[in-house]
Amino acid sequence: MTAVKNRKAQLGPAEVKAELLAKYPPKVARKRSKQIMINEALENGTPEITANVRTIPGIITMRGCTYAGCKGVIMGPTRDIVNLVHGPIGCSFYAWLTRRNQTDPGPEGPDGENFMTYAFSTDMQEQDIIFGGEKKLAAAIQEAYDLFHPKSIAVFATCPVGLIGDDIHTVSRQMKEKLGDCNVYAFSCEGYKGVSQSAGHHIANNQVFRHIVGADDRPVEGKYKISLLGEYNIGGDGFEIDRIFKKCGITNIATFSGNSTYKQFATAHQADLNAVMCHRSINYVADMMETKFGIPWIKVNFIGAKATAKSLRKIAAYFEDKELIDRVEAVIAEEMPEVEAAVKEILPRTEGKTAMMFVGGSRAHHYNELFKEMGMKTISAGYEFGHRDDYEGRRVIPTIEVDADSRNIEEIEVEADATRFKPRKTAEAMQALEAAGTVKFKDYEGLAPDMDAGTLIIDDLNQHEAETLVKLLKPDIFCAGIKEKFSIQKLGIPMKQLHSYDSGGPYAGFKGAINFYQEIDRLVNSKVWSYMKAPWQENPQLSGAYVWE
Amino acid sequence: MLLRHTPKEITERSALTINPAKTCQPIGAMYAALGIHGCLPHSHGSQGCCAYHRSALTRHYKEPVSAATSSFTEGSSVFGGQANLMQAFSNIFAVYNPEIIAVHTTCLSETIGDDLPQIRKKAIAEGKIPEGKYVISASTPSYAGSHVTGFSNMVKAMTELAEPTGKKNGKVNLIPGWVEPADMEELKRLSKLMGVGTIMFPDTSGVLNTPLTGEYKMFPDGGTTIAELKSTADSIGTIALGEWSSADAARELDSKHKVPCKILDMPFGLKATDRFIDALHKMAGVNVPEEIMVERGQLVDLISDMHQYFYHKKVALAGDPDQLIAMTEFLVSIDMCPVHIVTGTPGKKFEKRIKELTAGMPCQVNVRAKGDFFLLHQWMKNEPVDLLISNTYGKYIARDEDVPFLRWGFPILDRQGHQYFPTVGYKGGLRLLEKILTLLLDRKDRDDTEMKFELVL
Repeated sequence: MTAVKNRKAQLGPAEVKAELLAKYPPKVARKRSKQIMINEALENGTPEITANVRTIPGIITMRGCTYAGCKGVIMGPTRDIVNLVHGPIGCSFYAWLTRRNQTDPGPEGPDGENFMTYAFSTDMQEQDIIFGGEKKLAAAIQEAYDLFHPKSIAVFATCPVGLIGDDIHTVSRQMKEKLGDCNVYAFSCEGYKGVSQSAGHHIANNQVFRHIVGADDRPVEGKYKISLLGEYNIGGDGFEIDRIFKKCGITNIATFSGNSTYKQFATAHQADLNAVMCHRSINYVADMMETKFGIPWIKVNFIGAKATAKSLRKIAAYFEDKELIDRVEAVIAEEMPEVEAAVKEILPRTEGKTAMMFVGGSRAHHYNELFKEMGMKTISAGYEFGHRDDYEGRRVIPTIEVDADSRNIEEIEVEADATRFKPRKTAEAMQALEAAGTVKFKDYEGLAPDMDAGTLIIDDLNQHEAETLVKLLKPDIFCAGIKEKFSIQKLGIPMKQLHSYDSGGPYAGFKGAINFYQEIDRLVNSKVWSYMKAPWQENPQLSGAYVWE
Repeated sequence: MLLRHTPKEITERSALTINPAKTCQPIGAMYAALGIHGCLPHSHGSQGCCAYHRSALTRHYKEPVSAATSSFTEGSSVFGGQANLMQAFSNIFAVYNPEIIAVHTTCLSETIGDDLPQIRKKAIAEGKIPEGKYVISASTPSYAGSHVTGFSNMVKAMTELAEPTGKKNGKVNLIPGWVEPADMEELKRLSKLMGVGTIMFPDTSGVLNTPLTGEYKMFPDGGTTIAELKSTADSIGTIALGEWSSADAARELDSKHKVPCKILDMPFGLKATDRFIDALHKMAGVNVPEEIMVERGQLVDLISDMHQYFYHKKVALAGDPDQLIAMTEFLVSIDMCPVHIVTGTPGKKFEKRIKELTAGMPCQVNVRAKGDFFLLHQWMKNEPVDLLISNTYGKYIARDEDVPFLRWGFPILDRQGHQYFPTVGYKGGLRLLEKILTLLLDRKDRDDTEMKFELVL
């Protein structure tokens, strides 16, 4: 077989789609067909895609589970909370330090609280499954408290916990009362719930909102107070964004949840604006904080230098303060020359190249911006655990059919807080800002409008489809996660992990953009992709002896 | 300090595991199943288990790891996962067309009581398993044993395929245990040098250390074939390496098909390799060739040449029982002192065996089955060591305590080489000693004063 890169792409999107489905049994083909959309530039939006539905048993999916979304993604990067996993050992082991959330122990330096390097588990045994694990959980909470005296202990359920009926919420409440100075709460994030990690994000949002947000009314000082939601500090992304905020004079009260602390969450209700990065994983808490405390939220994106500048301008426009607007412009003017020089340097080697991205519930969209800045085209993209609104925009939410799997995930009824609800802006002021076109509240456009017509948007891509797509369309780079990395690279196509960034990062903000340009330039132009064949494989085997004679 | 909250003072914990020195059964079953040629491992549970196991194995091997899942939902968790598994069988054979599917359970499917043999029977009756294709299954509840138990259970499940023909095949079954693909290659090389025909199962060489050629094979060239697995019933004997990871399968072949077995330690280090070679020699009735004598002599030579640097150096170890037993014996045999030893895998026999191996050592030994890295770290704070040997998670302890660190075991997430360079056999012993020496001497060079700094060591 010749290296796939040498073949010529000729197929149109409909033919590619047919090829992707060709091997499937009819039932599977019918289902998958609805999750593979040929993008069109329609006047009022994009075609409808099916998303957030069950994965088909036996089809090798990229997806993980609810526990992974809750413990791994949302709560994983909280450095001073003891995250205790109630279950057999594996779930705790696999979520131990594998997500590359960078952590700064804070102003206390080496004495600062940091439990990121620890994995805590009740390591349930057969007798716990048979007789129940509540006593063991209570004892484990006590032992964790006695050893570390943390401010807070979070308990996570794994699959068997829900099945045997351990009441982790009652155990947590009782232990909270017993310990007195430690907030203990639990997450019912059993892996079988929902259809992907996404259900776990929602469950995490609910409990963080219910048990932590607003728990600390001691005032946080600072000007232009915001919280950054849905940023997990993979490879130090959050550090770069914080650097930029600081330079602009913006106070970031809380990051949900990269390099975060309990206090950040507890005081987050004091922010005047919530800036949402990863819409999919965190929009619930943004909505709830708006209803309860009157904090508006806007969608931002700090992936891509231009996107970063745009997001900073949005935040500045929201505060309607000339000092901040000027400061943000000065920062952009100061940061951009270095970015532009970096683009100029790599552009001759990246322009016209193609990319595919199948990752997350927002990242496949965010990274579009960076590839555009490099003159690269995204020819196919999709999410691992996105919902329809992540593809088509929030305006489709009322039309999304709520199926049994989604109905099982709790929706919290939130009301305005009796004493602390304070609309940050009047409805008129918000309308005026929207009319001016600078800020759109509570809105997300989705991935599809940013993709070209004729590109393929594929939800919950699987191993077979990934391999077929790469063989047919021969992208110059493919982006997904660790499980997909090496099957793609065996085909001779460079693969970049966009969950954990392989070993790189940060890729957010201005400096991150430069890192990404250089990383992609390195990958797509690496000499290694030309070494697939040995010299003697270029010629018929027997010609060797003939030439030598 | 990255583990700044770990106190020196040790308090016994009854319920809380901190920084585990084990993981759960299904990942071991998945790794073992990858050692069958043309096999797709299948995880019968919610899809997160499969995703986590594939990720962990991929990070360790830097190779594609294909495996499917029953993708349980809340409904299947209540009503049972039979429908999911039946659907999975149809889809897997239609889309990926493996020779065999090796199904393992999870804590989820075990807790609800799904019966894999019964589901398989139904699948066969309903024609869901095409002619000439196979399904084997292992029960691997995550709440019992460890990843090693899961490996052992899947290897045992492979013996289901053994089919006596009534005629001996003249071969030795070789069960390598949970070792690296490179180790499996080395065991095959040694057997070949001995002139012994072997059936090694599982065999992940050629599966998890494949070349980059521009072609992706979901089912790579390596792995034990189904024909070989069938033939294991006709072998003259079985050598099982590692009581924890290999013995059950060997005993099964013995009791079911009267294939006699010998259960040995994993051949890490001089003495365990000696016993392995001797067992091959006796079981197959062959002479040990000169090449192997030379390899053995080279290992003895290195031990003698560099003995002064090994002598009475203290070592802390974390890992899996079979590996730790062999490594402890090796370290004691070169006069190093393994003083703190933990495994997360339960088993009283482990502690007893370690105590026997270290009985003559001039220092106290701490050993714990069902231990964890947190306890190991506390032991190290109370009795410092010169070297730590463990999987990658040890790097946090090594950094905090400023101790030389040898990565050995599973998983290794931050270094290369384990896929390619064996640590079993005499050559593997040389590699282990070279690595240990380099660590100890690099440390000496770093710490020696300018006056003491020397060219020749």
